[in-house]
Amino acid sequence: MKSSNQVEITAGLFMLLGIAALIFLAVQATDTGGFRASESYQVNAYFTNIGGLKSNAPVSMAGVRIGKIDSIELDKESLEARVVLSIDQQYDDLPADSSASILTSGILGDQYVELEPGGSPEPLQAGDRILLTNSAVVLEQLIGRYLFNSDKDEN
Amino acid sequence: MNVSTLNQHLLQPVREVGQAVIFFFRALTGMKCTLFHAGETMRQVYYIGVRSLVIIMMSGLFVGLVMTLQTYDTLNRFGAGDSVSTVLGLALFKELGPVLTAILFAGRAGTSVTAEIGLMKATEQLDALDLMGIDPMERIVQPRLLAGLIAVPILTLIFNFMALLGGVVFAIFIIGMDSTTFWGNLQNNVDLWEDFGAGMIKAGFFGLIAGWLAVYFGWTAKPTGEGVALATTQTVIATSISVLLLDFVLSALML
Repeated sequence: MKSSNQVEITAGLFMLLGIAALIFLAVQATDTGGFRASESYQVNAYFTNIGGLKSNAPVSMAGVRIGKIDSIELDKESLEARVVLSIDQQYDDLPADSSASILTSGILGDQYVELEPGGSPEPLQAGDRILLTNSAVVLEQLIGRYLFNSDKDEN
Repeated sequence: MNVSTLNQHLLQPVREVGQAVIFFFRALTGMKCTLFHAGETMRQVYYIGVRSLVIIMMSGLFVGLVMTLQTYDTLNRFGAGDSVSTVLGLALFKELGPVLTAILFAGRAGTSVTAEIGLMKATEQLDALDLMGIDPMERIVQPRLLAGLIAVPILTLIFNFMALLGGVVFAIFIIGMDSTTFWGNLQNNVDLWEDFGAGMIKAGFFGLIAGWLAVYFGWTAKPTGEGVALATTQTVIATSISVLLLDFVLSALML
């Protein structure tokens, strides 16, 4: 039987190992919730159709992730989807006339918002509205349109 | 059906559950929080936690490897192989980590606690403690119950870590997946509180259940060799079933 001292030291090490695993997993393998939210600013974008976009989906520019979707709701007046984008504070000088499109990563992947820079010298600020938006491409509508058009060609 | 068989088949299990619950609250109400008890609990954390490390780490590693292998193969058929880390992370943190750890823990540590207490009872050590004016509930049962509550969440974390390591080894080093994609998908989709935190809450509940049932079956074991053997078996069965049942209930509540 090990001495009482050794047992306690090992038990202490075991608990430290658990804490180390906790910190590693929380920082490396999760979104680490509160940390990033504090260093970001929100802008709004209105889309006529968001397809399957969900909150927490990435917001990127030129393919680089710069933020995430904060919330999505239906605007009661315009009956459009109001998407709140939460953009990392370090990207605080994006042109004010940047446009937003909903794209899909891969053919069946998740949907995300891609910002395309405009040419305005004014920076995008918290609470601003992104005016130029492209809604999600809904596959069913696309197929429907294609079928409809090919019918017309034959006639 | 006469009264005695009805009693045996229906009322006996109900009585058993009631006994276990009363036992649990008796252990809780007598809880003493002195330095001595803390030290004793830490000693038990060593005996049931540290000594389960090897089985937990090995199982975690191979669960991670095989999960990644199978998930990657399935997802690749839909052209979504990149999502493998998301599936691995969510499945591990929310379900597999806590449940498998609790069941392995019941088999590795729960049985030894039951056998230890059962044997103490069979050799009248518990009565001896009582005669010396030491409450065996406080001296023997409590530290083991608390140690389960402490050890299972820690073991779950280590299991998750090892399984993730297995996933990294398979996805990044064997398949050759881009490591930024692997970690990026994980970070984008796993929520610290809703996914990871929920799993840890589960692990806490499972630890309490595993510790409680282990001490309960040891405490109520018939003081014979056969009785102790039966009690250890019952510990594994009861813990596994309650963990899986509670897992469903907790998942439904937290989703």
